[in-house]
Amino acid sequence: MIRRVSILTRWEVKSVAMESRFHIAIVGSGPGGLSAAGRAAEHDLGRQDTSHQPTHILLESFKAPAKTIQRYQKGKHVMAEPHFLDLRSPIKFRAGTREAILEWWRQGIDEKGINIRYESEVTAISGKQGDFLITLNDGDTIRAENVVLAIGTQGNPRKLGVPGEDERLVQYQLDDPYAYQDETIVVVGAGDAAIENALGLAEQNRVYIVNRRDEFARAKEGNLNAVLKAINDQSVDFSCFYESHVSAVRPPTDEGESGAIVLDTPEGERTIECHRIVARLGSVPPRKFVESCGVEFPDDRPTSLPELSNQYESNVPGLYIIGALGGYPLIKQAMNQGHDVIEYIHGNDVKPVDHELLMLQFSGLPYMADPEEILALYQQRLPMFRRMNALQFREFILESRVIASVSDDQSREEVEARSRAAEEKHQQTLLERHKDRLAELEASNEPITEADRTPPKPRPATRIMQEGESIFQDGEYTNTFYTIAEGEAHIQYEPDGPVYTLKPGQFFGEMSLISGRPRSGNATIGPETILLETPRRMMVKVLNSNEEVKDGIDWMFIVRVLQKHFAPDLPIEELRKIARKVELQQYASGDSIYDEGDSGDCLHLIRSGTVTLSRKVGDAQIAIDHLQSGRMFGQLALMGDPVRRETATAAVKTETIMLRSREFLALLKKDPQRIDDIQAETRNQLKLETMLASMPEGGNVISFLMDEGLGEATNAMIIDEDLCVGCDNCEKACADTHGGISRLDRKAGASHASVQVPISCRHCEHPHCMKDCPVDAIHRAPSGEVFIDDSCIGCGNCETNCPYDAIHMAPELKRKGGILSWILFGFGSEPGADSEKSATAADTQQSSHKAVKCDGCMDLKGGPACVRACPTGAAIRIGPDRFPELITRR
Amino acid sequence: MHQNILQYRGRRYLWVVLALLILSLIIYLSQPSDLPPNGGSWQGYTLGGIAAALIVWLALLGYRKRSFRSRLGTLQGWTSAHVYLGSGLLIIASLHCAFQFGFNIHTLLYVLMTAVILSGFLGLFFYLSYPRRLARVRSGRRRTDWLTELNEIDDRIHKLAQRCNARTRKIVESALDRTHLGGGAIAQLRGVDRSLVLRPDRETSESKLIGNPEQETVIEHLASAVPKATKSDEAQVLQELLNVFGRRRTVLSRLRQDIRLQAWMKAWLYAHVPLTVAMLSALVVHVISVFLYW
Ligand SMILES: Cc1cc2nc3c(=O)[nH]c(=O)nc-3n(C[C@H](O)[C@H](O)[C@H](O)COP(=O)(O)OP(=O)(O)OC[C@H]3O[C@@H](n4cnc5c(N)ncnc54)[C@H](O)[C@@H]3O)c2cc1C
Ligand code: HEM
Ligand code: SF4
Ligand code: SF4
Repeated sequence: MIRRVSILTRWEVKSVAMESRFHIAIVGSGPGGLSAAGRAAEHDLGRQDTSHQPTHILLESFKAPAKTIQRYQKGKHVMAEPHFLDLRSPIKFRAGTREAILEWWRQGIDEKGINIRYESEVTAISGKQGDFLITLNDGDTIRAENVVLAIGTQGNPRKLGVPGEDERLVQYQLDDPYAYQDETIVVVGAGDAAIENALGLAEQNRVYIVNRRDEFARAKEGNLNAVLKAINDQSVDFSCFYESHVSAVRPPTDEGESGAIVLDTPEGERTIECHRIVARLGSVPPRKFVESCGVEFPDDRPTSLPELSNQYESNVPGLYIIGALGGYPLIKQAMNQGHDVIEYIHGNDVKPVDHELLMLQFSGLPYMADPEEILALYQQRLPMFRRMNALQFREFILESRVIASVSDDQSREEVEARSRAAEEKHQQTLLERHKDRLAELEASNEPITEADRTPPKPRPATRIMQEGESIFQDGEYTNTFYTIAEGEAHIQYEPDGPVYTLKPGQFFGEMSLISGRPRSGNATIGPETILLETPRRMMVKVLNSNEEVKDGIDWMFIVRVLQKHFAPDLPIEELRKIARKVELQQYASGDSIYDEGDSGDCLHLIRSGTVTLSRKVGDAQIAIDHLQSGRMFGQLALMGDPVRRETATAAVKTETIMLRSREFLALLKKDPQRIDDIQAETRNQLKLETMLASMPEGGNVISFLMDEGLGEATNAMIIDEDLCVGCDNCEKACADTHGGISRLDRKAGASHASVQVPISCRHCEHPHCMKDCPVDAIHRAPSGEVFIDDSCIGCGNCETNCPYDAIHMAPELKRKGGILSWILFGFGSEPGADSEKSATAADTQQSSHKAVKCDGCMDLKGGPACVRACPTGAAIRIGPDRFPELITRR
Repeated sequence: MHQNILQYRGRRYLWVVLALLILSLIIYLSQPSDLPPNGGSWQGYTLGGIAAALIVWLALLGYRKRSFRSRLGTLQGWTSAHVYLGSGLLIIASLHCAFQFGFNIHTLLYVLMTAVILSGFLGLFFYLSYPRRLARVRSGRRRTDWLTELNEIDDRIHKLAQRCNARTRKIVESALDRTHLGGGAIAQLRGVDRSLVLRPDRETSESKLIGNPEQETVIEHLASAVPKATKSDEAQVLQELLNVFGRRRTVLSRLRQDIRLQAWMKAWLYAHVPLTVAMLSALVVHVISVFLYW
């Protein structure tokens, strides 16, 4: 602790040479900026001039380097993913504790002679290449020929926005609420951070909380209850100003006196004397600032990324963007880019570290060419990606798997040998590097962890397939996306339906990507074909940041849905005409799509999400059905009954394709055969709905399940409370088969009419947890289970993103003894004992925490252990398609 | 979908055990009438073998219950078979010994086995009927939800008590402090409310501990204090306390029932399993002695 304080003071007093003009200014000293500055400093050292003035400067808003890493939880084990990527940086980095890494970086700053200036937030950048003008928050200005922006995505705290906002009386962060006592403290803000701070402070201080609105709408439920309780509690010194704004801050006139805050309240102006103001107003995302520097974003969505050249240059010449801000969310990537960008600025055309990975990917292609050339060629060849920026397309290819088909065994052997050789070479390089690093480690006397010892896993080379081989099969839960670069692929939706042939530039697999449902149809590869198979995560990133690709895919999706449902034999051109008139509708969870009694003129096909149909019976609204993606509803309106007989509501975020009478008839005219199928589907649907409508209790159970979010589940655990004896054998089974840590909480979770939904992963159609995993460690198995692989770095994003609390962070622990030794001699841990609960504090601290969740026991041949271990049959795992069964069989 | 252990898969193990019983009966009746039908004939040995095999298999449930990777059926299937075959064992074993009893190790084994089986019936009764009662007691909430509510109620009572006169405050606070919930195994199983309250004597200012089952005593005290209150403020506080204690009574009673039901569902196994161990020992002795004295 004391050592850290002294380091901080040293950082603070370090003075900066006041040359106001630099060759390169780097903004932000995270891993990206630090690495860039290190490389720039190396260039300075090698320079033949005697002035020894640095030509670079590193500007950091915080009082120490790398604020994002400083903010990690103490002792966090920082991982060095992606493991297959080499580090290229003058600054040291590998997996280790947060403290060790910060220490290496501190040393790096000293050793390399990095010219860093702390507490210097850049507030504006103007000018152009060769003469940028950089303005800092204290009013200083700096001139630079080139600027590297490496400010990450975390943003800076939002300020109060009134005179006095930067006074010492005001603080924008609170590390320890128990460090103060007997003070009067005003907390500004109504989010979770503000509430938690205020409640903590209130234990030893008089606290006011200032809320801009008339309620705490943004807070988590627990916090909301706690704050309301504290406000209403006469015995605690805690009060709230609702609908109030801060209008000024008055600093103390003398040392030791208190200052004041002026509030604009509904009852007029109020001045409160206080010792401290804690403002927790969230953070300002850096986008506005970046835009103010002249950088353009392709669209307004918060997820979109600035457009960058192959050399990280933005649309403003001389202004470069690297690291998380440019869309690369890992430390190693940021550091590599930091190194390379300085080389580019110095005019050296270095090949990025990932060049060798590209070579590996293209190793099985039938032609020999420079990977960079193939890259350019493919981008030209695929119309949809032509306008994507080069850097993004490179990442797209790097993340994809290249698949090539061969027609005969001889050529197969030939190509396979080539790609195997490339793979072996790659593996060799990885192993050598790994050995070198280990040797270096051993020499340095530093502690070596298990992670340091495990050799990195190699990346795969081109995948070779035989002509006619299956790409995916009906019912499989895969969700990758395929683009045809050369040759062709064949798709068949129904066993004896027509076979569609797709040509270069076309794509397929978008249905599962968008709907989150299993594959519909079988796909096979054609002769001499080259495919790009792109993982879901990469596609989501592309869809989120590239409007053109999104539109292209949406459009094709509609065409294929219409084809599949209504007119399998219609030529694509005709379908396109109709598809143009069809509308895509979006609904938030709970939105009404239409109401009972409305007159309808359209049908809906669910593209993603779940829809609940309900009917009014007496005074109550009874759920009569719930439909998932791929299903149709409201078709009766186009089949003779224009009045809606039920209300349709989106149970989760839902998208539908809306088809009006004219297009519907146009489709059916071309293929009258189809009418029979649609009538049959409708008949079955009506039968089920009538049955459910006749048992309102069942409908209530369905509504309850939908409210619990099971509409987006594919496989959820449900306990019948009328059978559960509370023996916890389900949890024991889970713990026993999963490293001693149960991923299910039987005791928690809501219940209704004896149907309990315990806390356990439901393997969502579109898993929220996958969203921001920086290492892409969360996947879906072909059989549907969502699981986390070994590459998890423990960042906690998935834990936050899962709305159902199904993920938690846990240490990796070992259990002792076997079942027989326990039964016969009572030795070792009881089978199924929770090793997290019995672990000592030392055990927990030593091991790295990783995210754990239910994996549906995909490795166990028998299926989910929890369900199989329930002695009473109370616990089952089912998908929403079986919910009606759940209630009709009661 | 959801089926209880008796209904499991169309009662398939009921048919299995019936078949086994018929077979055993045929074997039993096939014994020549001139020999006494005891364990000594080949029929007796066969029936004994079946019974012993059943016992060993029944006891293996304890192993299967903890073999979480096992692919040998589901535990529910095992339990269903266990219940049916375990019941059948009573008849098969009786046929094996041909209803001959005495003061010896063989009869001890029979008694122990009967005890295990009876305790099994008891357990089956709990497994089949208590979960539903428990669900009704919890009415859609978790046990932790009820406990949280109890904590909130107690906080509230504490605060209200500060605004009462010393005597009421003492009674009310002691009622909180001396509330009894859970406790040892026996107390949990009985579910009797042994809560107490301190009542200060009006004259001597000495306090006496008296029972407060179902919070009756406090509620009684508060209810009689309300009409006697002189200040309106005081009456209001007492009235509120009365309401909160009313709710507290319900919450406590739910929790007590919850604990009791849950305790019974576990407790019977503490008879069933040790009896099984004792019976297995007796079985070993029985088998050895039979072969020794052949
Ligand atoms: C909890 C958590 C755990 C993580 N764990 C890992 C892990 O184990 N391994 C891994 O590889 N990645 C991990 N990551 C991701 C990793 O932290 C980021 O990818 C990385 O920090 C990005 O580096 P950067 O240089 O682009 O930006 P940052 O590290 O965010 O650095 C930006 C810097 O710029 C400064 N700055 C911002 N605005 C201004 C301004 N206007 N003027 C001056 N300075 C400014 C900031 O103070 C900050 O120091 C984790 C992230 C989180 C949140
Ligand atoms: C001689 C006969 C029997 C033997 C040896 C026997 C043995 C066992 C054993 C070892 C267990 C495992 C307990 C544990 O590990 O938690 C068990 C559980 C059980 N037994 Fe028996 N049992 C017998 C007869 C019966 C009968 C006749 C019934 C009911 C009619 C019965 C009902 C049960 C039940 C309901 C369980 C609980 C299952 C569970 O929770 O997993 N048993 N028995
Ligand atoms: S962890 Fe959560 S978000 Fe992810 S699949 Fe499971 S329930 Fe859905
Ligand atoms: S295993 Fe079955 S009976 Fe036991 S606690 Fe879990 S759900 Fe209840």
